[in-house]
Amino acid sequence: MGIVKELKKGALISLWFVFLTFPVMVIKVDPIARTVVWRWENALYMAVGTFVVYYIAQFFLKKKENQKEASEEKGLNHSIIHKILQNPLQRNIFVGVLAVAAVLFPQVLSAYQTNVMTTALMYVVLGLGLNIVVGLAGLLDLGFVAFYAVGAYTYALLNHHFGLGFFTVLPIGGLMAATFGILLGFPVLRLRGDYLAIVTLGFGEIIRLVLENWGEFSQGPSGISDISRPGFFGVDFDLQSSIIYTYYLMIILVIVTIFVVNRLQDSRLGRAWIALREDEVACQAMGIDKRKTKLVAFSLGAFWAGIMGVMFAAKTTFVNPASFTFLESAIILSIVVLGGMGSIVGVVLGALILILMPEYLRALSQYRMLAFGAILVCMMIFRPQGLISNIRRTYTFKKKTTNSLSK
Amino acid sequence: MKLTVSGKFLSTAACVMLALSAPALSVAGDTIKFGIAGPHSGDLASYGLPSAAAAKLVIDKVNANGGINGKKIEILKEDDVCKPEIATNTATKLVSSGVEVVLGHICSGATIAAMPIYKDAGILVMSPSATSDELTYSGRYPNFFRTIAPNAMQSPAMVDFAINKLGLKKIAIIHDKGDYGKPLAEGAKTYVEKNGKGQVVLFEGITPGAMDYSAIVQKIKESGAEVVIFGGYHPEASKIVSIMNKKRLKTKFVSDDGVKDDTFIKVAGEDAEGVYAAGPQDNSANPLALKAKEEHKAAFNSDPGAFYEGAYAATMTMLNAIEKAGSTKLEDLKKVLQSEKVDTPVGSINFDSKGDAIGVGFSMYVVEKGKYVVAK
Amino acid sequence: MDYFIELLFSGLTRGSIYALIALGYTMVYGIIGLINFAHGEIYMIGAFTAFIVATVLSIYGFPLVAIVIIAGVAAVVWSSSYGYTIEKIAYKPLRYAPRLSPLISAIGMSIFLQNYILLAQTSDFLPFPRLIPDFPFMEPIAHIVGSTDLVILVTTFVVMVVLTFIIKFTLIGKAMRATSQDRAMATLVGINVNRVISATFIIGSGLAAIGGLLIASHIGQINFYIGFLAGIKAFTAAVLGGIGSIPGAVLGSLILGLTESFATGYVSSDYEDVFAFSLLVLILIFKPSGLLGKAKNEKV
Repeated sequence: MGIVKELKKGALISLWFVFLTFPVMVIKVDPIARTVVWRWENALYMAVGTFVVYYIAQFFLKKKENQKEASEEKGLNHSIIHKILQNPLQRNIFVGVLAVAAVLFPQVLSAYQTNVMTTALMYVVLGLGLNIVVGLAGLLDLGFVAFYAVGAYTYALLNHHFGLGFFTVLPIGGLMAATFGILLGFPVLRLRGDYLAIVTLGFGEIIRLVLENWGEFSQGPSGISDISRPGFFGVDFDLQSSIIYTYYLMIILVIVTIFVVNRLQDSRLGRAWIALREDEVACQAMGIDKRKTKLVAFSLGAFWAGIMGVMFAAKTTFVNPASFTFLESAIILSIVVLGGMGSIVGVVLGALILILMPEYLRALSQYRMLAFGAILVCMMIFRPQGLISNIRRTYTFKKKTTNSLSK
Repeated sequence: MKLTVSGKFLSTAACVMLALSAPALSVAGDTIKFGIAGPHSGDLASYGLPSAAAAKLVIDKVNANGGINGKKIEILKEDDVCKPEIATNTATKLVSSGVEVVLGHICSGATIAAMPIYKDAGILVMSPSATSDELTYSGRYPNFFRTIAPNAMQSPAMVDFAINKLGLKKIAIIHDKGDYGKPLAEGAKTYVEKNGKGQVVLFEGITPGAMDYSAIVQKIKESGAEVVIFGGYHPEASKIVSIMNKKRLKTKFVSDDGVKDDTFIKVAGEDAEGVYAAGPQDNSANPLALKAKEEHKAAFNSDPGAFYEGAYAATMTMLNAIEKAGSTKLEDLKKVLQSEKVDTPVGSINFDSKGDAIGVGFSMYVVEKGKYVVAK
Repeated sequence: MDYFIELLFSGLTRGSIYALIALGYTMVYGIIGLINFAHGEIYMIGAFTAFIVATVLSIYGFPLVAIVIIAGVAAVVWSSSYGYTIEKIAYKPLRYAPRLSPLISAIGMSIFLQNYILLAQTSDFLPFPRLIPDFPFMEPIAHIVGSTDLVILVTTFVVMVVLTFIIKFTLIGKAMRATSQDRAMATLVGINVNRVISATFIIGSGLAAIGGLLIASHIGQINFYIGFLAGIKAFTAAVLGGIGSIPGAVLGSLILGLTESFATGYVSSDYEDVFAFSLLVLILIFKPSGLLGKAKNEKV
């Protein structure tokens, strides 16, 4: 009986989708030649496709529900990765394997793969930077790309005009971005939630527009080309080794970032951010300086974006304002949310997935972005808390039992 | 301990598997690998897809006739979404998979970002559309060629036409803030100021994709300009001319190659009448151009889009160079490209030492009865 | 003075355009607190449906009036259906998820819809048929206000009045207000919250479709990417006026339109968006919940 009912429902939904997609999928008009092509076969594909997808989705939803019940029975549901990280021996093995894989990567795989991986690692750092602002401090920032742009242009301009090297500008770029973070932070301190979101979005656009229009300063939309790649004590690399060198540099930067962000999270400041995120009023009542805490969150987040901006300019050897659009901010935000807000492991995983996915989806060519959008939606539906949800340090009170020594 | 070994073993095994599946480095196989790079998705896809179509048509024809020097041509198509940072990945991927020549990239920014990678690998790159002066004039990219004339030639063509032919002195220069339109507009401005015959009464950028350009049209009217010179692409141009007509503004409209596109006439309809645009020299009498268009119609049942002819010509000249040189080494190819003229849809062309096509210049066109015709 | 009036009207037209899209944003936000990034795409789909239907009808030789009505109805029906379906697929499962998850889902949906239209139709710009003819009586002032501008202004006004009526006096409107004030309480008094949310998406999407039809015939072209910028601008306008407030969305849109128009006219269009966003920041600094938004007092 259940099957018949299910089938009926599936058929109805397919019919609905055939109706929904009818004008766009079936009709194709040429307004100049004034011809109409009716592509009825598409309606058929749509019907069959929806029918199949519906059952697959149902299957997964059922599975998700069962899992939820199961995990509720077991109590806390920690992901495997957290279990590994909690056990010191397993953690060391895990980190060791990761380190070996990271070192071997460019030796084993082609320059293209290494280049793509470097890009993904850059987004890891960007994600971790935004994670401070969004994940820890709970300030929704839709204009994060502005700081990325500040860093990139700092290096591009200093390199172009004064010939400053990569390592000199790396801290300067970070500090410039952090300064801009504070500049943005001041006026928006009073705003909350979605008002903050739109103002940061506006800020991002303003930075891009200024770069586009102020030609004397930034060379406008044509951008700045021929920026030096990262150097190594005056050694000139050919392209192949430069790609590998940049990759290792990025690995070091990622490690430093993870280390710093991890320490920050557990510091007094980190706890203040989390408190701020959970409840602003209560947080103030506890004597935390809201202003200062927010500003520090903005500037520290921006700092990493600035560093990555310098890296971006050095890796691409070319910057123009078109690289710093809102879509970029949206992708970085997606990394943080998809990975799991506040969770470092999650953000790393999120960045790797979101950046590597479109690269490897190239096989799908023109269906690539379609698949990207669909996957984003599906991931959110099936794991709204992100791939790896953050685990807050919890202390469970246990009544003393007879053999209390075992724990 | 046991776990360590198996873990490492697993990761090594995984690495090896991945390595095996990764494209092998430049295998000199029995095909000639022909790379195509440009935006094939995203908002600028309409500029990239026609080039890919052109290359496919030419190459299919050559392959049907047995290929070049006994080798078939294999197309490797990569999307760069017109973004510089993606373009470097695209370029590295093409180089890694051993392409021998590349048709692309489409946008100037993406091309400039990708060029160092091709240069390092010694691969010939030919673009049907990247007009940035820097690509050929800076001398930094000896492996770059193009079948479109650079901005440096286009701005003066537009200005001279407006001042000398139309006899209009008060000029409003509008651009789309993009990496194609703005340099063109700036070039036009400096040229007018240096030339001294005309006067720039307005110089402004508009936001591409905005829903309404009434305010800027009012401003053009207020400035008392007799002619508008627009640097940018056709979607914005058609919006501006349609609003100019709605506001009953009779100011002449002179624009660039990005507007000299049949899509402009289709979209702007009656409003397009009387619009002037610079474009590659008149090819309408060129039988090859007509044939190329027919082929597109037959294959895709639609009119070709932007840069189609340029891409068609670029593919033809590159394949010709490979055939004549008997190799795909950059130096050999360059020699053929620079010395030998090839009949293509954009005319009979060869290339100068900078990489610009000789014989590709600009004519001015005007829309008359729904068609671009050469302006007298 | 003429110049001023011209700029005033071009600002009003632009503002009305933003308003039609901003209303959908603000309604959805008011009910479920979600920034529906896919709303711009709904507008784009409305415009595409109108384009397809209108072109087919004109090829089969229907009279202009019939074309306008049928294309308009089709655009509203299909856009609303899309809005309804999107809510069911991408937002409903996330109703009790962390706050940012539906936002990412919306961004994903927006990317998906853009590429869906790109693949199913074309990447090219297409000419939108002229659905609004030049009215002869407008000819003397055509250089200031065109016929399409007039139609847009009037339509926005009518839509705004009808919408206010629906929200204020009908049963579904009352249910909407109740839901936006307190969802749990609304459920308690017997309101089917899911149905109210669906209705909000349907009405908001229908408005976006009307916007799509009007704007496309105003600028005469469409493409799969038009929704993105329109969406961001309309969202800005909605926040400016106080997101969640319907008169606020209209006011915010008009202010945004006028600012852009005057900034272009008297300063430079290079920085028109910079002006728009700076104005937004300024207003939000002094009124952190927008012009007509209600300040929420947070309690511990």
